[in-house]
Amino acid sequence: MKIRAQIAMVMNLDKCIGCHTCSVTCKQVWTSRQGMEYAWFNNVETKPGIGYPKDWENQERWQGGWKRKKNGKIVPKQGGRLSILAKIFANPHLPEIDDYYEPFTFDYEHLQHAKESPTTPVARPLSLLTGKPMEKIEWGPNWEEILGGEFDKRSQDYNFEAVQKDIYGQFENTFMMYLPRLCEHCLNPACVASCPSGSIYKREEDGIVLIDQDKCRGWRMCVSGCPYKKIYYNWSSGKAEKCIFCYPRIEAGQPTVCSETCVGRIRYLGVLLYDADGIEKAASVEDEKDLYEEQLKLFLDPNDPAVQAQARADGVPDAWLEAARHSPAYKMAVDWKIAFPLHPEYRTLPMVWYVPPLSPIQSHTNAGAIDTVGELPDVRSLRIPVRYLANLLTAGAEEPVVTALERLFAMRIHYRQRQLGEGDGMAVLEQAGLSLAQVEDMHRYLSIANYEDRFVIPTSHREDAEDAYGLKGACGFSFGDGCDHGPSPSSLFGGKMGQRKITPMRPLDN
Amino acid sequence: MSNPYVNTLLFGIYPYLCLAVLLLGSLIRFDRDPYTWKSDSSQMLRAGWLRIGSNLFHYGILVVIFGHFVGFLAPHWMVDWALSPIAHQLLAMVVGGIAGAIAIIGLTMLIWRRLSDPRIRLNSRKWDIAVVLMLWCQLALGLLTVPLSASHMDGVLFETLTSYVKGIVTLDVSVAALMIDVPLTYKLHILLGFSLFLVSPFTRMIHIWSGAGTLAYLVRPYQIVRTRKKIIKESARS
Repeated sequence: MKIRAQIAMVMNLDKCIGCHTCSVTCKQVWTSRQGMEYAWFNNVETKPGIGYPKDWENQERWQGGWKRKKNGKIVPKQGGRLSILAKIFANPHLPEIDDYYEPFTFDYEHLQHAKESPTTPVARPLSLLTGKPMEKIEWGPNWEEILGGEFDKRSQDYNFEAVQKDIYGQFENTFMMYLPRLCEHCLNPACVASCPSGSIYKREEDGIVLIDQDKCRGWRMCVSGCPYKKIYYNWSSGKAEKCIFCYPRIEAGQPTVCSETCVGRIRYLGVLLYDADGIEKAASVEDEKDLYEEQLKLFLDPNDPAVQAQARADGVPDAWLEAARHSPAYKMAVDWKIAFPLHPEYRTLPMVWYVPPLSPIQSHTNAGAIDTVGELPDVRSLRIPVRYLANLLTAGAEEPVVTALERLFAMRIHYRQRQLGEGDGMAVLEQAGLSLAQVEDMHRYLSIANYEDRFVIPTSHREDAEDAYGLKGACGFSFGDGCDHGPSPSSLFGGKMGQRKITPMRPLDN
Repeated sequence: MSNPYVNTLLFGIYPYLCLAVLLLGSLIRFDRDPYTWKSDSSQMLRAGWLRIGSNLFHYGILVVIFGHFVGFLAPHWMVDWALSPIAHQLLAMVVGGIAGAIAIIGLTMLIWRRLSDPRIRLNSRKWDIAVVLMLWCQLALGLLTVPLSASHMDGVLFETLTSYVKGIVTLDVSVAALMIDVPLTYKLHILLGFSLFLVSPFTRMIHIWSGAGTLAYLVRPYQIVRTRKKIIKESARS
């Protein structure tokens, strides 16, 4: 056994209000640059919908993730090493920028300079790729916001597999949920495996997956390799970029920007200890429906003295072991089993997990009377079909999702009964398989969601590995062009693509 | 070019200038400016003709380049037992001609795509366009030598060119004299070829080095983990 630690994220979808604060703050910090306008390291999708980029979950089309061969070995779905190299001159599975959307701005200047006219002047959209006016904006990063667009298109959603979807097009039966997405920082990342230059790597200390910008050659195989389409090709710099899990903040013990600014307090960050030697076996199980359980088995109990001893021997610092014992991620994923990985069937063992959302109970057949099973409402009569959630979170295995939804309901019913004086609320806990201590913890973490409980992030121990004195005053995140904040000046060897100024906006001050 | 001094300058000295800039320039760029080292693909902006054009061009040119290396640099003992000089020349003309034709068809598509699609045209550097045009001319000159060679089927001219290339590679500057009576098409082909070496470090052509480097992918494990804990590990070992 080789124990490694990772900072994992859990998102409580039950509380996501779809405000996009995470996306906007992330973009402000990391991707408000030429070449990355179209890229959202974090985006929020309304489900059901085909998402961003279009149809990203359909791996028959994009060939992302891993496939299991007949002999039980896994290879990237887009092909083994030789096959990937053979496709290097033109990647047949690369999305075009229009599959995300053509980045645009508006001709605001026209509003200031337009001559007097009988009609109100308008700011026409301008393409950020060419600087030229666009006839029409065809698609955007969040085109399907709150079920925008017709059901015919939205229902292409891959998660409708094995769901009788036609009735969900009717107004009375429609349902929706939000799905915030970022890089999964997988245990078995397909992007790393797909990179012909070996520029993508997973950090041993905290599991963050990064692209070495100096080693990336722009072969683009990671873009198609990642089934979550969370690697973006910077069309200006010619390099691939991805969510960096705000590693400069994580190293300092701070939550990522998306987590810090989350208005609904839905995001949790905590340490998970896992067995690195078991990754390949877990990712290679035959039945896709077992992948969630297999990944769960990789996570080790931070309170087990044997695990602690082995972790210390493998170089996990004590502060990290302490953080692992208070990890909200461990509690939600392993203790309470209410959080699930996104699309485990891609076999990448993702490390951003989701608590499925509750939804209103469908009582239209029998107004007033709610279907119940014992003390709990029948979660199969929820407005969001269980099968839909299972397709999203457990490769179609419904049982774990049902249990999680029951536990979330049990917590609510238990507290309602206690607070309204309707008994001790123990019967519902028994049915949901929760102890009183567990449900009180769940209430504290999910309902109150204190900052200190949501984010348990140990600082990194760079002092052990680097001469921190030498790093004093150095610039942090840069593109190898020193601490210069502006666009890199063109060197002898040519800088970014093109030298054109394509944004026709002028700062007013100069 | 028939002036011996100019001839020595162009075919004796210029090649070494180009090769030196190629090697040193690439090394300096790799070392000092690694962030600029990339293939600079425009596929994402719009694939269009790239899918077919890029594959035709790259696979064609790989055969052409590999053919040049083997054809010119393989020592006599490796070739002579199997091929007569005439057969050798015929083989070079047929294989090189077909591969070169495939490459130039692909490159024509790529140039058309780059110049006609505003997204790609506006995001091209001057050198991105210059270098594809240079490559197109180089392929055209190379293909023009095929019918020329057909009128010299005795293998003598071929042997002269081979001696010249071998001479350059083995640092024998005197071989420049061999080039005086060679037809102009060959001379231009050689000069433009070395000029491509000259400009390579300053253009996206450096991705050829990395293309060769991707062969390392075939033998590396799928997963890569980096650690900062080297010092801890080393001190634990000692």
